[in-house]
Formats: sequence, C-alpha cells, structure tokens
Amino acid sequence: MGDRSAPGPVRTLALRCADWPVVALGDRADAPVAVLDADRIVAANPAARALGVVPGLRRREAQARCPSIHLAERDEPGEARAFEVVLAELQQLAPRLEVREPGGCSLPTVGPSRYHGGDRALARLVAQRVRTALATHLGAGRVPCAVGVGIADGPRAAAIAALEDLADHAGRPEPDARGVGVVPPGATAEFLAPLPVERLGVEPPAGSTVADWDELTALLRRLGLRTIGRVAQLGAADLSARFGSLGVTAHRLATGVETEGPVLAAVPPDLRVSAAVDPPAEQVERVAFLAKALADTLHVELAGRGLACTRVLVSAETELGERIERLWRHEGALSPAAIAQRTRWQLEGWLATGRSAGRERGGIISLSLEPDQVVPDDGVQLGFWGDDGAARDRALRALARVQALAGAGSVLVPEWQGGRSPGEQYRLVPIDTVDLAARARGEDRPWPGRIPPPSPAVVEHHPRPVELVDRDGNRVEVGGRGLISAAPARCRVDGGPWSEVRAWAGPWCTDERWWDALAHRRRARVQVVLGPSGRPHPSHAEAHLLALEDRRWWLEASYD
Amino acid sequence: MSATPASDQSRSDELARLRSVVERTRPVSTADQRVLPVLGVLEDLLPGGGLQRGSVVRVRGPVGATSLAFALVAGPTRAGSWVACVGAAELGWAAAAESGVELDRLVVVRPTDSTLLGVLATLVDAFDVVVWGLSGRASNTDARRLRARARERGAVLVLVDPRRRNVGSDPWPDAADLELRGVGADWSGIGQGWGRLTSRRLVVEVAGRRGATRPRRGELLLPGPTGAPTATASPGDTGSQVDTGPQEGTGSRGDTGPQVDTVVELRGERSA
Repeated sequence: MGDRSAPGPVRTLALRCADWPVVALGDRADAPVAVLDADRIVAANPAARALGVVPGLRRREAQARCPSIHLAERDEPGEARAFEVVLAELQQLAPRLEVREPGGCSLPTVGPSRYHGGDRALARLVAQRVRTALATHLGAGRVPCAVGVGIADGPRAAAIAALEDLADHAGRPEPDARGVGVVPPGATAEFLAPLPVERLGVEPPAGSTVADWDELTALLRRLGLRTIGRVAQLGAADLSARFGSLGVTAHRLATGVETEGPVLAAVPPDLRVSAAVDPPAEQVERVAFLAKALADTLHVELAGRGLACTRVLVSAETELGERIERLWRHEGALSPAAIAQRTRWQLEGWLATGRSAGRERGGIISLSLEPDQVVPDDGVQLGFWGDDGAARDRALRALARVQALAGAGSVLVPEWQGGRSPGEQYRLVPIDTVDLAARARGEDRPWPGRIPPPSPAVVEHHPRPVELVDRDGNRVEVGGRGLISAAPARCRVDGGPWSEVRAWAGPWCTDERWWDALAHRRRARVQVVLGPSGRPHPSHAEAHLLALEDRRWWLEASYD
Repeated sequence: MSATPASDQSRSDELARLRSVVERTRPVSTADQRVLPVLGVLEDLLPGGGLQRGSVVRVRGPVGATSLAFALVAGPTRAGSWVACVGAAELGWAAAAESGVELDRLVVVRPTDSTLLGVLATLVDAFDVVVWGLSGRASNTDARRLRARARERGAVLVLVDPRRRNVGSDPWPDAADLELRGVGADWSGIGQGWGRLTSRRLVVEVAGRRGATRPRRGELLLPGPTGAPTATASPGDTGSQVDTGPQEGTGSRGDTGPQVDTVVELRGERSA
C-alpha cells in the first residue's frame, strides 16, 4: 500500500462537520438559524445562507437580510457535548483523536487504513459511521449535517481536502459513494495546485494565528498569486526572504511537504501533571476546577522553560477503570483557562453520552494533562489573573468547594457588556463560562445616551414603583418632545413616606430598539435628590435615578 | 566607661548579628499586625492606615454604605487580593469599577439561605476580603465563629448595611472591630432641573474597638467627579463645571423657571 512509502509528514484523516455550531443546537433544521458570537455571525444553516446570511455579518445585518431568522448565542460547551457523539463513534475506529474545536477532528491513518482496507475504505467508513450517528442523534426528519472527510499527507492538507469534500456535495443531502476527498500519497501538491490561495490559511499550524494567515493570503492574492500552485512555483528562499517563517510554512504546504513548521520545540520529558480525585468526582465542576489548577501548574512549568503549549493530551480515568483521552489543539497557545475549558467539554460530553446510552460511568478518580506539542513562548500568553499565584490558587480552591456546596451557578463574575441603563452595563456570568484570561473591559468605550459617571452604587433588579408629583400634587409627566410637565416636588417609593425633592435634573430620554416591536423601550430618566419633608437642612440627602416608562415612574437605581 | 573604637566596632557587629538572629527567629507576624492597603483617600480615616487583617468591618448608612464598601475593597483588589461578595444582588458594578475595584479579582457568590453560613465560612478561609451584604441572618454563635475564623485566617469580613433597619432584627448580633457610618451627604452639580449628579461630599464617622475607641469623623468626595473617591477640596474651591448630562438627552433647563429656595448646599454652581 502506498501509505507505507509516504515520506515525512503523517498521513492524516480529517473530518469536518458543516456549520457545527448550528447543528449542535439540535433544532429547526429547515428554518433559518444562525449562531452569534460577540455580535458576529459565526455559523449559519443552509436555509439562512440561501437568504444571504453568511458568517462575519453583524446581528443587525443578518436580521435585515432575514427578519425571521432565529439567532442563538454561541454555546461552546453545548457544541462540545454534541460533538462527543461523533467522537465516540470514531473512537471505535481509531484510538487517538485530535480535536481542534467541536465540529472537526483528525486522526493518523496509518494503522486504521491498513486494518480497514485502505484509505478510501476508511474514509468511506468514517463518513458513513458519522452520518449514521448524527442522524440517530439528531432524530429522524432532520436534514442530516453535511460531513466532509479528507485524507492527505499531513493534517493541514487533509483538512483542506475535507473542506473541498464538503464543498463538493454541498446542497446534496445524500452524498454518493464517491463523496470523500482522498488525496493519493505524494499527490498533495497536484491536489492543492488549482485551489484558491486563501485555502492555505485553513488550520493555521502551531505558533501562528488565523489573522497572520489572512494577512499573508490577502497579500499573495494582491500580488497576483491566486492559486496555491502559483505559490508552490516560487522559490522557498524568495518566500522566506519576503515573508519569514510563515512564508516557508506556506511553501512547504503548497509543495506537499507539510511539516509542523520550523518553530516547534522539543517537548521536555516529564511534564505530565496529574492529580488523583478523592473521593471520586461525579460532577464535572469539581474536576473542572482541578483541571484549572493542573493547567496552571503546567503553564508555570512550561513558562519556566520559555515554552507554550499548542497541543495537550487530556486524560481522565474512572473508578470503573474506563479511560478517556483526547488531544486538544489550539492555534497560538493554550492558556490555562482554555485547557481547563477543554477538559470540561471533554468530560461533560463523555458523561452525557454515557447517560443517554444508559451506562453507568462512575466517578472520575484521576486526571492528567500532558503537553504534546510545544512552541517557544513569544510572550503572547499572559499570566492567568496576574501573577498572584498563591492568593488565586486559594481562591479557586475555595470556589470549587462553594460550587459543590451551593450549586454550579452560584459563583459569578461581573462582565462588561455596555448599555445605557445602569443595570445593563455589567452582567453577572457563571465563573466557568468565562475565559478569565481574556475578559471584556470597556470602560473607555463610549455609550451615547448613558448617564455619565459617577454611576449608581445600588441597581434595583426589580425596579420599584415610584410616585412623583409636582407642587400641586399632580403627577409629573414627560411629553413626546422630552419636556417635563412640571418641576417635581415630592416623591415616594413603594407607597412609603413622602420625601421632598431637594434638587433634580433631567429628563434624559432614550428611545431604544425602536425597530423591534417587542423590545422597543422608550424611557425618560431623571436624577432626584430627596430629603425628608419638613426639615430645612437635611443631614443626609439621598440621590436616586428614576425612570418613566409607559407613564409610570420607577426607581431604577440609587446613588448610595 | 570609655569605649575604645575597636570595642565600638565589635559591639555594633554584635548588634547587627543579634538583629539578624532576631529577624530569623521572630515568630511569623500575627494576623492583626498585617494590614491590607486601601486607597490613599481612606488611609487617614482608618486606624492603622488600612484594613486590619482578621477584623470585622461593618459599614452602615444612613447614606453611602455601598459606596464606602466599594472604596474599602478597591485598595486590596489593586494590591492583588481577592474579594468575594455574598448576597450582593443589587450592586452597581459600573460604580464599583469607577471607584477603583479591579473586577478581575472579584467574584460574586449567591448561596441559598440554607448554605449561606457554610459558604461564608469557606470564603473567609481563602479570600482576603469577604463582603457580605447581610442578606440573611447570623445567630450569635455563627457570628462569633465567623469572626474567630476571619481572625485565624487573616481575612477581612466587611458587612454592608445600606438600608436603615429596625433595631429588633440585627443580622449581625456580634460586635465589629471597626464601624464606618456615612452620616452626612450633600450632592453637587445638580440643581432645579439642570446639571447632573457629579460628586457627593460624604461625612464618615469611624468608631471601633481596636485603636479607635474615640470616634473620629472625616470627609471625602465619594463618589468624586469620575466616580473614584477623592479628597474634599478646601471650601470655596468650586471649580467644577456644570455638565448638562447625556448628549442625546433633551434637558429642560429653563422650563420651570429659577427656583429660589435651594436648600441643598450646592458646590458646583453654574459658573456663567
């Protein structure tokens, strides 16, 4: 068989599921659905794409193109859980899977193809198994998820082949038997030659990012090199002189001699970190926190050697002797938070599939992390929450105990999201859904229409009704032109005692989401300073932010 | 007794040696010797110039308790300490960030009523500062236990009591080591239908058991014009500009006519 003579790079099978974030939602296969991440579309189903909703659009643009579209926020743990169905199926064909992100994985083919009778047979088997698993999982009547399988000399060429395969039978729900992209050994260069140069950026190798490759391929296109074949015709020395190591990597891929790039460092021995879990953990939360601590130890060990990890082997063992191993890869480097998150995905998905299959999984008794591929750390990676190691470790351990005591959603962190009303500017999110190394900070970004600082220290989650009247006891109103009917004189909250309005300012009107009949809100806000009536000089003045909505006043926040 | 230069020399050597021995054999500093740093404005206000580790600090109204609590924990978070807030459903995080709290080192815990005290005890074990909004109620024994735990672990338990309560049901029956009270406030920048709230002069009364038996009073701008606590300017220095609020807002200045009976003392008068 040919694959025995394949030189250098490892012959690899790559699997890609189209629009995995949408598929993982598990519903509405025929209606337009798209998934958003940070206000950008990241995936859309065929029905949505037919209407012009493509990844990269903003929420508003997508809604303009397709008003009936169902938009869901990205749920990475959910995607990972759903992908476990596919992984469990593939695990029966090949022992070691490498997962880059939910929706795509790869495996070395040398052993499996020999066993299953060649690359083509293996590819067909994989495609068929995955389709069957997905059809069973998604339920009858759903449009099956499109699956692309590619085999080539090296993981990146295989990924490109899988994408080509996906593009080949896009729109055809039931692919023919040919529907796999197997590139014969040694023919990678010919396979890649006619493809557009942008394909070079698929799956950036360790040490580079998607943005680096986008920049490179855009420049190559502007230089007139529109296909990968044209890049291959150039000399490696010329590309190296002009584009540095990225250019060399691109040339190697284009000519079919894929390597992991020149920047790889040797993995130091004995960097495996592991911990026993005692008593065995039935809940993922406990293991996730342990994973964070382990990831941090690993990070410190690697940082001491000037290295960062781009591929990590996460393995866990249960009390019933079962063992689950996954390789996780990340462009750039895996931060401790990212490693912990992937551990969580892996275990959650695995426990979920066990439960749905009615099998007892047992508690997890040990967890270990092993760096599989490292690159010299070029300083991109930041310490995890600063470098106050001891305080942080103690805090995280305590939070693990608190979560075990009070439930998973009980520990939250404030995250900036922006908004006009004081309650909208920050929201509380569960701590383990946040990548703690990359949190949104937005104090310096303007929000037109928000009340400038100082901000109120107490924000009412359920605004309390307020009566605000003028000197004659008539209710104060704000007209359509934003003018107040009379100066407010007295105020009372929730039917309490009346207070005198000592000073006031406003009204400031906001008209939000006027394009949306349901979410449309018109509000007028005023700031009031209250003091008890009857006393000439109050020792303490209370300041509040009141809002008028639907002709009723509410106490929105207090400047306590 | 005349000391020759040579014996002087040997004596100072000996002293230096003994000092280093003392340094090495000294017991580990006890919790109450250590102090968590606070923002510069608050240093003069607090006995010892900071938050004493292992102490219980109670912050109460009638005004400004929440802002005071934010200002107190801002210093420790900036110095790398971790803060946990319990029972803090209604805090304004924007205000916290403006007062200087590093939200990266702050977590919010929402226990159920039955797990509240267990959670508090766990947090006191590990966090430098635990802020409890007095959401539930601690019994006498629980309060004493929590206090002992805080002292042992060197944590600061900050109890926040923003609303005026009836005396009968004190959620924290035990004493506090330090008590801060916001007793007087006046706002500047706001008038009768013009301006906006820009800063508040807050009068704080500090009383306590350790090193602060005599109550003292202090004044600060909390929040200051940017939201951060600042020292009060000397009287007569009213350089603040009147801001007309959000740009998109339609002010109604002049609609109501000038009001004569302004009772609240205004520091940011219209300069024009």
